[in-house]
Formats: sequence, structure tokens, C-alpha cells
Amino acid sequence: MSDLTNVNPDAEKLQGMEHTKQYDFRLPEEYFYRSEKGLNKRVIEKISYFKEEPEWMLKFRLKALEIAEKKGPPKWGPDLSGLNFENIYFYIRPNEHKGTVDSWEEVPEDVRETYRRLGVPEAEQRALAGVGAQYESEMVYHKLKEEWEKKGVIFLDTDSGLKEHPEIFKEYFSTVIPPEDNYFAAVNSAVWSGGSFVYVPEGVEVGVPLQAYFLLNAQSIGQFERTLIIGAPGSKFHYIEGCTAPAYNTDSFHSGVIEIIAQDNSQVRYSTIQNWSHNVYNLVTQRALVHAGASMGWLDGNLGSKVTMKYPSCYLVGERAHGEVLSIAFAGDGQHQDAGSKMIHAAPHTTSSVVSKSISKGTGRSSYRGLVQIYEGADYARSNVECDALLLDDVARTDTYPYIEINEKTAHIGHEATVSKLDDEQIFYLMSRGLAQHEAMALIVRGFLDPVAKELPLEYAVELNRLIELEMEGSVG
Amino acid sequence: MSNATLEIRNLHARIPGGEPILRGVDLVVPRGEVHALMGPNGSGKSTLAKIVAGDASYEVTDGQVLLEGEDVLGLAPDERARAGLYLAFQYPVEVPGVGIANFLRLALNARRPEGEEIGVMDFYQKLQTAVKALDWDESILERNLHEGFSGGEKKRSEILQLLVLEPKYAILDETDSGLDIDALKVVAQGVNAARGPDFGCLMITHYQRLLNYIVPDRVHVMVDGRVITEGEKELAMELDQKGYEWVREQVGA
Repeated sequence: MSDLTNVNPDAEKLQGMEHTKQYDFRLPEEYFYRSEKGLNKRVIEKISYFKEEPEWMLKFRLKALEIAEKKGPPKWGPDLSGLNFENIYFYIRPNEHKGTVDSWEEVPEDVRETYRRLGVPEAEQRALAGVGAQYESEMVYHKLKEEWEKKGVIFLDTDSGLKEHPEIFKEYFSTVIPPEDNYFAAVNSAVWSGGSFVYVPEGVEVGVPLQAYFLLNAQSIGQFERTLIIGAPGSKFHYIEGCTAPAYNTDSFHSGVIEIIAQDNSQVRYSTIQNWSHNVYNLVTQRALVHAGASMGWLDGNLGSKVTMKYPSCYLVGERAHGEVLSIAFAGDGQHQDAGSKMIHAAPHTTSSVVSKSISKGTGRSSYRGLVQIYEGADYARSNVECDALLLDDVARTDTYPYIEINEKTAHIGHEATVSKLDDEQIFYLMSRGLAQHEAMALIVRGFLDPVAKELPLEYAVELNRLIELEMEGSVG
Repeated sequence: MSNATLEIRNLHARIPGGEPILRGVDLVVPRGEVHALMGPNGSGKSTLAKIVAGDASYEVTDGQVLLEGEDVLGLAPDERARAGLYLAFQYPVEVPGVGIANFLRLALNARRPEGEEIGVMDFYQKLQTAVKALDWDESILERNLHEGFSGGEKKRSEILQLLVLEPKYAILDETDSGLDIDALKVVAQGVNAARGPDFGCLMITHYQRLLNYIVPDRVHVMVDGRVITEGEKELAMELDQKGYEWVREQVGA
């Protein structure tokens, strides 16, 4: 009876919670180094210089800049006209600390204060000794459990990964998402900073999730984390990233690149819940290469931001590879969540499953944009896509753009889409049991998200519920 | 405790802009008693139940609903529930993804002052007792609210919630409809378990059948939006034999 022992921990935490703009604050900015605004060769040379990078990385960055300049932003999808690179700092390095620290005490007090006020979980108390936190554009707090180290697990910020494990790094970096892939991947390749570098050796299982918690805390900051995750054959682990950004005044830009290599028979899971402040353009490329018998799962929660474009992908390149995407999007007033997935079946007996849940409120708009592709020769591939949209009122909007390309007759493809509106009958029913209107609505929304949320570790599910509750403020009436 | 009643006084209601459905309902259910409300299709019984619970799709044009002397018509549905009212729905909705146990704990705590939330053990015991009273398996508590429930299971769930939430007054809206005889017995067993000096109940039904298992203290008969007569439990039997036309003629309605 797990349901009874854990009866609704979120309700307790939600109770008495102040429904103020909890995330609307910033601490004073003290910077060690901040690049000039805008994106150009000079900025990139400085980034590489400060990071003391090898020559090949500087060359890689400069080439990526050329590619970005040639490509230009995409002509499809959401409106990106408000995004102006001239107003963005592409590199900021925080005060006082250089590189990572090993203990919570070493983290600057103002950073800890920010974490505390954000309600970032008792990260350091729990089994989260391996927490990596990104403050501004750089990791400042990073520790790995000793037992993992003994097993040979590498969990570092990406800059340290490059320095300390150059061979592994160079072998895999940019192999899944080259700068040529898309404009934002090219921009990220040119200016990337921070992110996580994970390597789990052959046959190693990591029981406790590897977690990174990072945040933005300055105006017009570009945040370009670059995460590289490698699961060697037979390894098994879960990487989690949460992100709650404070509010700023001017349009801000986040463009991460996440590359994952799941080698033969490995089981890799990547979960993220992101809550960007409402002026952020959140344009992320995340993709996994999934080898024979391996299983890759993306759990992707998108809240906040002005525009999000994010399509976690699995390239199923080995026989019997399995890919999974569970995604949640919440589009509040003025927001556009353009999220989805790509499942590329390039080998026989590959399977994939997508469950997408979106919620739109007011002038918010959510879109599901998904691709399922079955290559010739990928015999007996199976794919199932389910996208459900919930509209909280009569104004909100949702769209579905499914693309399916099948080049093999033996493929088995399922696609199901539903749109529903927050139901007055359900609200009345729950209220007739004593729940206030906003509680009833929040409960219905939580139930709608439950198939995805229950895949999250408890503290993240609680955090997700709290964020949704905040997003739903003002939707009563 | 003379006002320990649920009293409906001269209640008039309609769908906004539509014809009247209730045309002056008068009815009193004292706490501690179980009453039956019978009447033909379309007489307004279910409308009455929903209006008492606070369904906003109806417009009350006159009258009062007095919960122990306080008119609740100005209250929101959740405020009425917290004041002690309960409606067992004729067609309970499904709320996907919402576990029954979680939901009931939220609902229970909504009735309690802040800081006095029910303890896990107390809550668990309450659930167990309720589940047992309905010959149900505990695994039901892990299921989501009415998701994939049969019609009979939904009705049972309504009584389960009643047993856990312990309202002062409950209206059961055709809780017997669509039940086979075994399911009917189980539901009746649940309602009988709730009976006691602190519980008042109004059972809406078409058929006398239910009343074999839950013997009412009193029977009200509703026709064309009004309670036209009331009597002892024998009235239900007579109705069953002679039909509603007979009552109509009797009272000259």
C-alpha cells in the first residue's frame, strides 16, 4: 500500500504555501568576468582563453560560429523575433570561485541563499551528495559519491570533463549533435559553458540518480550548457536536472545541447523539470544515440519561458534498441511551448514510445511536434505515440503536428491524440467533497499529468506539483 | 436540538431562462433519520439533489435550503460540503490520475483546521473500516477515482466516500439504479453502517426495492417539482403497487 504510506506528501507541502511570486527575485550580481554583449569571434576567443581550453576546442567553437552565421534561425515553428543577440551576454563567470567545490560549505553564501529561497530541496542532506549545481555559466558546486568514484563513474561539469578526461571527451563530444545539425546547436557549440559530463563504465549500475541543479541569476544572460552523457555497455543510471530561473527584465536566452550515447544493452534515463522565467527563449537540442539492446528514456518537463522549442530524440541505431519520451508542457499566458519528440528507427526490432501531456492556459499555446521515422531495413519496428492536451479555459490553444515516415512494411505504428477541456462536472464533483475550487482544478491537472509525474523521484514530483500550482494561479474564476 | 435538520423550504428552481423544474419543494430530514424521496422520471428529484449540493447550472428563484437552521444557498459547493452536506452522485465522474486514497485524504483535511490534519494511521483505519463495510478489497484504494470503474463500482465508491467523510447529511441520488441484487445489498449494507443518531439521509429512488434493504423512517413523494405527500414506509409499498397516478389522484395534484 505505497499509496497509503505516502499519502499525498505534496498536499502537505502545498498547504500554507504563499501564493506570491515565489520565483520573482534576484540577488545582487557580483561577477568575476562578464563578456561584452553579442556574439562574435572576440567573445569566443575570450571564453576559450578563460577556460584554458585546448586548441582543438577553440577551433571547434570558431567553426561553429561560422556555421551559425551561415544557417540563421529556423523559419518554422514559434515566433523568435523577440530574440536579439545584441543584448545578450554569452559568457559570465561568477565571482570568487573558480571551478568546482567539493562541499556545500564552500559554496558562496549568496548562492546558497538563492537556492534556499527557491526552495531547492534539501539537496545536500539527502543521498544527493553527487549534486552538481550550475551558478551562472559555471559549475560551482559538485561532488560525487565516493562509491561511484570507486566504480569509475565520472560526473563532472563539462569544462572539468574536458580537462580531466580529454580522450573520452574528444571521442564522443559533438558526435551525436554536430554544429551543422541546427542553428541553435551551432550557437551552443560556439559559446557553450558548463553542463554535465557523465561517463558510466561497462556494467556499472548507479542506484541513486546523478543530479545537477542549475539556475540563472542575471539579466540577459545566455545560458549555453553542454551536457555529454556516455553509458558504456551494460551500464544503468538515471541523470536528473532541475532548473528554476528567477525573473529578469529583458529577454533572455537559453540554448543547451544534450548528447547521450547509450551503448549496447545499457539503460539510460535523463529527466529534467525546467521552469524558466517568462521572458526566456528556451531552445534546446537533446538527442540520444541508442545502440543494440539499449534503452533510453527522456522525461522532459517544460514550464515557464516565453518560447520553448524542444524535441528530445532517440536515434535507435542498434537492433532491439528502445527509446522513450515522456513529456509535460505547461503554457501559461503569453507562452508558447513547442515540444515533442523524434524517434528514428534505423535498425530491426527497435521500439519507441512517446507520451506527451500539455496544458494550456489563457493566451498560452502548446504544440506537439513529433517525428517517427522508420528507415528501410528497420524490420518489425514498433512505435506508439500518445499526446494529450488539456485546456484550462476557452481561450487557450493547442496544436499537434505529427510527422510519420515509414519505409518498411513490417512497421507497427500507433498514434493517438486527445484534447480535453477542464471539466466543470469534475470540478463540481471534487468541490462537493470539500475541496476549494483552486484545489479541485489543481488536483485534476495533477491527475492529468500523473502518468508522467509518477516516473519522477518523489522530491521532483513534489517540485513539479508546486510549480504547476504556481503556474495555475489566477486561473480560477 | 430542534433545528438539527436538513430542511428544504419552498424551493423553486430552473435552468437559467428555462421552465421551472422545482415548484416549491418542502421537505425536512431530521438528523438521525433516513428518508426516501420517490417520484416518477422528470419530477425534479435529481435536480433537487444537485441544487442542495450547489450545482451552479441551476438557478434558484425562491426558497431556502437550511442546514441546521443556516441557509446554505449562498455557499459554494465546497463550503456546503465542509458544513456537513454530502451528495452521492447518480453518475459519478471519472477523474483520471487521481488516486482514491489521496483524494479522500485531501477531502478529509479540507474539513479540518490547519495544523490538525489527519494522521496516517487514523486515516488508514478509517479507510479500512469503510472498505470492509462494503465487502471491498483494499486494492480499490490504489485505483484512480472511477477510472475504468463499472457502474456498480462507481456507486459503491460514492458510499465508500460517504463512510470516510462522515457527513451530517447525505443525499443519495438513485444510488440503487443500475445495480444487480448483490451489488444493491452491498451498497445498502454500507448505508446502514452509516446510520446513527448523527447522520441524516435522503435517498432518492424510483423503486421500492432499495427500501427492502434500507428501511426508511419516512417516505416523501415528489411529482412535478413538488413534494405532494409523505408517510411511513408503507407508503412506498403502496406506491409500488398502485403507481404514481394513484398518489396524484389521492392528493388531487
